[in-house]
Amino acid sequence: MAANRYDAVVIGGGHNGLVAAAYLARAGKKVLVLERRHLVGGSAVTEEIYPGFKYSVCSYVVSLLRPEIIRELDLSAHGLDLLPLESTVTPLPNGDYLARWADHDQTRRELYRHSPRDAEAYDEFGTLMYHLAFAVKPILSMVPPDPTSLSPADLRSLLKLANHFRGLGEEKLYPLIKLMTMSSADYLDEWFETEALKATMSASGVIGTFLGPRSPGTAYVLLHHYMGEIDGAFRAWGFAKGGTGSVSEAIASAARGLGAEIRTEASVARVIIENGRAAGVALESGEEIRANVVVSGVDPRLTFLGLIEPDELPSEFVQAIKRFRIRGSSGKVNLALDALPNLACLPGVGPHLRGAVSISPSIEYLERAYDDAKYGSFSRHPYMDIVLPSMIDPDMAPPGKHVMSIFVQYAPYELNGGWNDAQREEFGDAVIDTLSEYMPNLKEIILHRQVLTPWDMERDFGLTEGNIFHGELSLHQLFFMRPAAPWTDYHTPIKDFYQCGSGTHPGGGISGASGRLAALTMLEDM
Amino acid sequence: MLRTTPFHPRTGPLCQAKNWRRWAGYVAASSYELTHEREYHAIRSAAALIDVSPLYKYSVRGPDAGRLLNRVVTRDVDKCAVNQVMYTPWCDEDGKVIDDGTLSRLGEETFRLTAAEPNLRWLRDNALGLNVTIDDVTDSIAAVALQGPNSREILKHASDAELDDLRFFRLTPARVQEVPVTISRTGYTGDLGYEVWVDAERAVSLWDALMAAGEPYGITPAGMLALDVSRIEAGLLLNQVDYIPANKALLETRKSSPFELSLGWTVALGKDQFVGRASLVEEQRRGPASHLRGLEIEWESLEEIYAEFGLPPELPTIAWRTSVPVYSNSKQIGYATSGAWSPTLKRYIALAHLRAQHAELGTKLAMEVTAEHQRKSALARVVTTPFFDPERKRA
Repeated sequence: MAANRYDAVVIGGGHNGLVAAAYLARAGKKVLVLERRHLVGGSAVTEEIYPGFKYSVCSYVVSLLRPEIIRELDLSAHGLDLLPLESTVTPLPNGDYLARWADHDQTRRELYRHSPRDAEAYDEFGTLMYHLAFAVKPILSMVPPDPTSLSPADLRSLLKLANHFRGLGEEKLYPLIKLMTMSSADYLDEWFETEALKATMSASGVIGTFLGPRSPGTAYVLLHHYMGEIDGAFRAWGFAKGGTGSVSEAIASAARGLGAEIRTEASVARVIIENGRAAGVALESGEEIRANVVVSGVDPRLTFLGLIEPDELPSEFVQAIKRFRIRGSSGKVNLALDALPNLACLPGVGPHLRGAVSISPSIEYLERAYDDAKYGSFSRHPYMDIVLPSMIDPDMAPPGKHVMSIFVQYAPYELNGGWNDAQREEFGDAVIDTLSEYMPNLKEIILHRQVLTPWDMERDFGLTEGNIFHGELSLHQLFFMRPAAPWTDYHTPIKDFYQCGSGTHPGGGISGASGRLAALTMLEDM
Repeated sequence: MLRTTPFHPRTGPLCQAKNWRRWAGYVAASSYELTHEREYHAIRSAAALIDVSPLYKYSVRGPDAGRLLNRVVTRDVDKCAVNQVMYTPWCDEDGKVIDDGTLSRLGEETFRLTAAEPNLRWLRDNALGLNVTIDDVTDSIAAVALQGPNSREILKHASDAELDDLRFFRLTPARVQEVPVTISRTGYTGDLGYEVWVDAERAVSLWDALMAAGEPYGITPAGMLALDVSRIEAGLLLNQVDYIPANKALLETRKSSPFELSLGWTVALGKDQFVGRASLVEEQRRGPASHLRGLEIEWESLEEIYAEFGLPPELPTIAWRTSVPVYSNSKQIGYATSGAWSPTLKRYIALAHLRAQHAELGTKLAMEVTAEHQRKSALARVVTTPFFDPERKRA
């Protein structure tokens, strides 16, 4: 029995769970990570679904991986290698395109072709967003204080926050308030006139939410892109060699190196609660594992409504978690290709195939895609963010062959009539048909197609309602509202039970910030 | 992709050094020969032909063209006669410099403004409600600078212009072998010289005509390295090097007012209203916190520093563009932004931002130099700019 007792048990071997485990182990704790699947990584996995072709099945780019985590866990030594993803090309229905390249002069020239005004505004916009991202960034690595609490720690933290915002000055504070309240389309309208530019930029504001570019509050997410840029000097943005699974594996390797134990195919059935305290977990197999503390890296719905007996939690908290918005809105299509796709607007092989291709020709296009989803259909002409990982890392596919990753929005979880095999294929067809308008040879080169609907993501990856961020990144669900006040500082209503997933602050993307902050909070208590 | 200028069919093959650099999204020759020395001396002793097409150029015309420009720039545009050129900076609302360039009055209601950075949006935003048309003509108008003591003779042979009557900062329409051009007596070298403006499609013909006419006078194509030395000698500022444009500065402290750049002479506070006026009135009353000044680094001091290592003074072979600390009594009171050994003056010179109380002419300061990997301070003196100002420039 004694051999089976741990200081901490982590539920879920996603990247946040692994980060939390690594930090706990680093502090000398005896840690066990339990992963339901046969491999670690959660949504950040690389799998060879079709022989010889490696898919970054769900999450496909690394944008916000915290530099302090890379540094503190020495992830480079554990195999993390981030390769640059340098350009974004938006093909247009008229046969033209809009490109943004890694080179500043080249981008300016290209924007100039569409609008001399926008070419100039782009630089100034970049300077402002850089400022704002720099201003907001400290919040990302801060444990959210409880604004209603009078505890000295919370007050200190709130005061720090207030001083921080006061120090911004009006030239930054006002744009920040606009960013917090406006829709991304309206915010970008103040700066730009090129539809494709506004649409491609605003798309980043709606990823992972059930909102359209004209929905208020979506402008804030634009900042996330620029935050990646601040850390860009450290190359925290890009494509992980070996696919996103290699990020998880690097973290897992670091965690093991620090003494953490990781068990796969170990599905947790429930958290054992004794005298109001978490005492361990029970596996589906019936095995019980005892631990001083338990931390969950799975989403808030699954954590509090799936792994805990309802009567162990205050009813208002249960209600808050039920209300927590976690509507899935996206799907994923992965393709194995016999050859490179040919873009009608930029035929042949070129540097544009080493970057992203964004199907976002106009704000109206995106908003119409959203309209379909609002009324329970998947978008007939969806927004798509496409990368060819094999163009960046040739080892992702056999020589001369390629893999394509297509992020698709919108695909509502609540589909009229529900998702089934036929609907999945129909959704996949809509994606391929739309994309073929821009890549005429696409259908001829597909060797294998994997389609993931929000239902698949829920069933296979444990993402409630298929939400890729463990809960929408909308303003009312951020910071001291994530996932439910006042339980936002990684504690929960149950003693010795913690949360460390993307459903806690700051959440979203492969950042690892939630896992790190949760571990640091736990260590303070332990 | 990066663009080549309309002169590239000629400059491309001429560039033996294959030494290209970027300039505003174009490629520009750093030097044509393997070293830039002969090109520099052509500017000062014969004539140099320099492709300056990448400059941003804006055509501003219409009944309110003068009003718009008066609202944007710091100079008094009403005082700019037809066929006159004015050098001017322009500022943001806080009176910090956004850019600088030359403003040519081509007609009563027709102007051309050059700029180092894109300014179309800024001009158009300020034109709200005015009857004025602003076009970016950067790509459609090519420009070449013919600079040096022989430049007038060459242009006299090549064109039909009455150049003896063309005064400093004046312009004239002319023809160079049937190619219609505008000749302005302007330049970035501080020497006798002209800039010739031409429709991009006729650029190659212009180049050929100038090269042919200049051959007996030692005309030499010159690149950016030679130009950089001569512009420092002339005390002329370079955007993004000697100052950071206010609309791109990440920090407040990186911005400069015209007064701080010693461009107070360009600020017409008597004008009714222009962007930044209120702040500039206040700054003039208060006095600027710093000044951009010339520094001359003392040879004897350099000799002493290098003698420690058994070396003669080692001098920069090309102009530098890095931030170098400037001290007064071992306390940093400023920084130099560009510097060069002046082959004409035989002096080591630099442009530096100095706190006001240390900016008086003749003040003895020290500038950091690195000798044998060690940081040293060389004595330097605040001097007037232009460092080099030959009579022929205006004669």
